Amino acid sequence: MLYRETGQFKTSYAADQAIFPIRQDRYLAIAALVLAYVAVPLLGSEYWLLTIMIPFLVFSLAAIGLNLLTGYAGQLSLGTGGFMAVGAFATYKLTTSFPGLNIVAVFLLAGLVAAAVGLAFGFPSLRIKGFYLAVATLAAQFFLIWMFNKFPWFTNYTASGVISAPPRAVFGRFYVTGAEADPVDKYLFVLTVVVLLALAAKNLVRGRIGRAFMAIRDMDIAAEIIGIRPLRTKLLAFAVSSFYCGIAGAMWAFIYTGGVEPLAFDIDRSFQILFMVIIGGLGSILGSFLGAGFIVLTPLFLDNLPRLLGFAIPVNIASNLQAMIFGALIVFFLIAEPRGLARLWQVGKEKLRMWPFPY
Amino acid sequence: MEFLTAVFLTPFATMIDNPSFLLEVVIGGLLTGIMYSLVALGFVLIYKASGVFNFAQGTMVLFAALTFVSLLERGVPVWASFILAALVMVALAFLIERLMLRPLVNQEQIILFMATIGLSYFLAGFGELVWGGDVHLLDIGIPKEPLIFGGILVNEFDLVAAGVAGTLVAGLAFFFQYTRIGRALRAVADDHQAALSVGIPLKTIWVIVWSVAGIVGLVAGIMWGSNLGVQFSISLVALKALPVLILGGFTSVPGAIVGGLVIGAGEKVAEVFWGPITGGAIENWFAYVLALVFLLFRPQGIFGERLIERV
Amino acid sequence: MAAQVKPLGEPVLKAERITLSFGGIRALTEVSFEIRAHEILAIIGPNGAGKTSMLNVINGFYHPQQGTISFKGQLRRRPHAYEAAEHGIARTFQNVALFRGMTTLDNIMTGRLLKMRRNLFWQVLHWGPALKEEIEHRAVVERIIDFLEIQAIRKLPVGQLPYGLQKRVELGRALAMEPELLLLDEPMAGMNVEEKEDMSRFILDVNDEFGTTIALIEHDMGVVMDISDRVVVLDYGRKIADGAPDAVRANRDVIDAYFGMPHE
Repeated sequence: MLYRETGQFKTSYAADQAIFPIRQDRYLAIAALVLAYVAVPLLGSEYWLLTIMIPFLVFSLAAIGLNLLTGYAGQLSLGTGGFMAVGAFATYKLTTSFPGLNIVAVFLLAGLVAAAVGLAFGFPSLRIKGFYLAVATLAAQFFLIWMFNKFPWFTNYTASGVISAPPRAVFGRFYVTGAEADPVDKYLFVLTVVVLLALAAKNLVRGRIGRAFMAIRDMDIAAEIIGIRPLRTKLLAFAVSSFYCGIAGAMWAFIYTGGVEPLAFDIDRSFQILFMVIIGGLGSILGSFLGAGFIVLTPLFLDNLPRLLGFAIPVNIASNLQAMIFGALIVFFLIAEPRGLARLWQVGKEKLRMWPFPY
Repeated sequence: MEFLTAVFLTPFATMIDNPSFLLEVVIGGLLTGIMYSLVALGFVLIYKASGVFNFAQGTMVLFAALTFVSLLERGVPVWASFILAALVMVALAFLIERLMLRPLVNQEQIILFMATIGLSYFLAGFGELVWGGDVHLLDIGIPKEPLIFGGILVNEFDLVAAGVAGTLVAGLAFFFQYTRIGRALRAVADDHQAALSVGIPLKTIWVIVWSVAGIVGLVAGIMWGSNLGVQFSISLVALKALPVLILGGFTSVPGAIVGGLVIGAGEKVAEVFWGPITGGAIENWFAYVLALVFLLFRPQGIFGERLIERV
Repeated sequence: MAAQVKPLGEPVLKAERITLSFGGIRALTEVSFEIRAHEILAIIGPNGAGKTSMLNVINGFYHPQQGTISFKGQLRRRPHAYEAAEHGIARTFQNVALFRGMTTLDNIMTGRLLKMRRNLFWQVLHWGPALKEEIEHRAVVERIIDFLEIQAIRKLPVGQLPYGLQKRVELGRALAMEPELLLLDEPMAGMNVEEKEDMSRFILDVNDEFGTTIALIEHDMGVVMDISDRVVVLDYGRKIADGAPDAVRANRDVIDAYFGMPHE
């Protein structure tokens, strides 16, 4: 009775193509936004905001970036960490060289830098496909991290090699980076950035560019016959994806950890984001969020589970168990639902459409 | 200007000045390359027969080595440890086939690839859980004396490694070409459906292939472990095997050897002669960039099959 | 079938002495023919005669070692497939080259990609000019969907559709490009009589209403005789006949080719 489409007629193509064509979904989305903007800051503790919500949002953004490239355009990439690092270091160099520049502008410019780097490393994708391309992106990953480690120019020649994010504010008053930043301000800032960029991504994929990406993914030879230029489309995919990953990396360093270090963006990070995209669902914006949520919450859950069940597990065993459970879950997901949590969500909605009738 | 000289002139000058040193570096690199090839061999076997890109190969190497060394430490004699460890890898192959390959049998390659990433994490955690996370020193009596051939320094250990690799490759080549099972493996590698239709039992073949790959991994693990000690970083070697595969082609056993040699030598030379300019650690990325450049000119590797895409 | 009086125009495509080899194998040898505006040309011949290769040469997938192709009077040198598309050539494939991850509607919408021009900025907003463009093209695609009678499967992923319907969707995608020359590779393969009648009707309607020039590869002689204006026959990579359907049918060489007899 709850979830019915009866009586909802689309009278225009625009309505049919809307992001949430079903009224109930629209309400759900609005409710989620209200929850995120109002309830969470009011009710959430600092711990929640800083160690759960912010990383979740930042990861979602990176996952969207990778999803655009791998899920929608079909170009497998293991270089996500490297592009995030570019965003983080570009932000550092920009904001220390131009302290007066608004942090939002800095983030956007850093994203553009990351996009340019992504573009450069995307050139091989015309000749190279599939796993070979994945290895090529590994070249990007290892090279970039090595570069940031080796050349002191990136860290402005600090003696210790440890750099921290200088405090910056939006609207002159609300600090979002640095030690004095209020957790609520940080959270709302990240939330807004992610919501806007997610909306942009969703718009992108339901328009002509999204279709071009998917055509390349599904059959890039056949895509040529409808006039798609494979190199241009693939390069665009790399650029847009790296833009998103760059901003995610910038926010990770500046807002979440407060410091910029290459280690945070190594090959493990690339795999982590890839897992989010696989588990959440390739080719789905919603899936990026679901996958990020899963990956952020599962370790916390596993950490706390023994305590909840009443016994303690030594730390090193716990981390091994986590790795095992993670690995097993990945295989399980791929077997049970290769299209990820997003597909499970869709299936759930379809069952809900008919509830309480069995069929 | 100084930078340009350093990059384009000095390294070559050093090489010309000191040819025997260059030769040492190249030979040392070649022999490291053999070690990469040993790992890459396992990849090639599995890819040839099941079309799966087994990202977990490195972790399998580690796991096999851990099992072997832990048995040794508990006083089991070398030959028995080897057989037991090999049996463990066979059992692992059974489990992998049953729990992972069979349910995913018709999925696309990328799904299987990602499943092997999951497998890799699982095995890494499991291995450490069961055998502990310390570094295990491994010594089964492989001589490590440095030898001098005509003014060039070579390590005995590396020669043994080369010998082992050579024997393995010869054995595998023989196996594939001349035995019934080898023929069946080649059929499966070519076309699953066709192989099924002539009655080749796919499941058994997969178990055999993953077992063989596991045992090859065991040998690789023993060699690497003797060299570096058995520790987690061995599984990262698998990542290095990827450029090797790219050069050699994913489906070619001789390609894995040649690829390993090229990568090993190339890496060493780059590190020794160009490393000092930037402060070292070029080895971190050189292999990948080399593979990348190579791919641009020959997308299927040296020996790989040319993908003819027909619409 | 009564001969239709149709205003046949200038040659839209001229293939001259096309020779194509793959390694040691000669796929086409000195094949020359024309396709005239507004006509339906059938390319027939036994299996392996080189028919698909000929289409691949026309739309840029293969580049012949010798010979030239001129389209609309312009000589085309080693064009990319996407250039052929830009010039107005659309095509379907023997093994249905649809985008399996997308719905019928989206697949046909991809046919409109060359005509959609709004840049990244508007795309991201999905508002204003981009939205208007999207809706305009959607209207065109819906007309094609109506024409091909595939409304019911509009939102289904094409991978799930039966083969016959997939071929129809592929035709829709080609039509969405509003091509001047439509190349169809065995559009009726694997269809039953009803489906073939439907497909024939669509092809004739497209040619009638939009004046689209059509070249199709077809094995069903009944269809060929019914709908084509002219027939070109290939055998072992050579053209062995070229003319009106009835003339070709009676041609000795053609009969020999189909029965596998050697001929000069």
